[in-house]
Amino acid sequence: MNGWVYYFEDFVEGRAFPLAERQVLAEEIVEFASEFDPQSMHLSEEGGKASILGGLSASGWHTASLFMRMMYDGWLSRSASEGSPGIEFMEWKKPVLAGDTLSGRSTVIEARALRSRPGIGLVKFLHEVENQNGEIVMRGENPIMIRVRNPAEGAAKGTV
Amino acid sequence: MRLIELSSPGTRIETGTLLFTAEDIIRFAKKFDPQPFHTDPVAAKDYVFGALCASGWHTCAGWMKMFLAYWETEVARLESQGVTPPKLGPSPGFKKLQWLKPVYAGDSITYSVTLTDSRPLASRPGTFINMMINDGVNQRGETVMRYEGTVLEFE
Repeated sequence: MNGWVYYFEDFVEGRAFPLAERQVLAEEIVEFASEFDPQSMHLSEEGGKASILGGLSASGWHTASLFMRMMYDGWLSRSASEGSPGIEFMEWKKPVLAGDTLSGRSTVIEARALRSRPGIGLVKFLHEVENQNGEIVMRGENPIMIRVRNPAEGAAKGTV
Repeated sequence: MRLIELSSPGTRIETGTLLFTAEDIIRFAKKFDPQPFHTDPVAAKDYVFGALCASGWHTCAGWMKMFLAYWETEVARLESQGVTPPKLGPSPGFKKLQWLKPVYAGDSITYSVTLTDSRPLASRPGTFINMMINDGVNQRGETVMRYEGTVLEFE
């Protein structure tokens, strides 16, 4: 019942997978910040206006977590993912303000089978999250471990 | 006072310890990262991690939570001594984030911050960028997470 559509073999260089669209509500900005990042610009409109962010804005970790969900809903839930060892870089380029609608894409920049873990490949993505004005608010690169559909073919495709 | 005057580069400061309960792990993951190994203790057995473990973003958010708790105490301490605390601002990003070990239900992660460098921002007079190494270590002494963070500071 896993519902997987995408395996390692489907992640070819240059292919872009859309992130699910997501509106960011003031209440959820405050809720996340209250638990993890209680700084004034993430807790109230007034606090945000008094900061260089210009208004009630999401914690960068909230934006990263929302990106994760947008990626999950967009394509990861239908992929044979085994998780990720990390993030090469992530840039918070613009504030994410209450009411913003985020969208974006994950583009494959590299894919290779793992000799150390037969049956699993490592796919490196460029992730871009943008707001309703088409401005990139966050971008970063990271590798994700993804199961090979056919382990015999995957092993022949190239190894680390 | 500048951050670099408060904490000399290379000094590792422990900010606090956060317990990751199964409930916390599942609650965070259902909102942001509902992969089976983060939401379902039974299904998790069929994956590489082998058991329910926290979303990497949850582990990162935990770093922020403990840093701010530490910072609030530090600001109060400095103010009580009549010292103006460093004015920290937002962060432009991070790099080399490694999730080195899974954070399993019941693990306690002790977070730390190590300032590595501080320099003025050419594009914004009166603003500095501080570079630091942030990490989290579990109760077995294993580093579970590490990244190179940044934070802006205003004069």
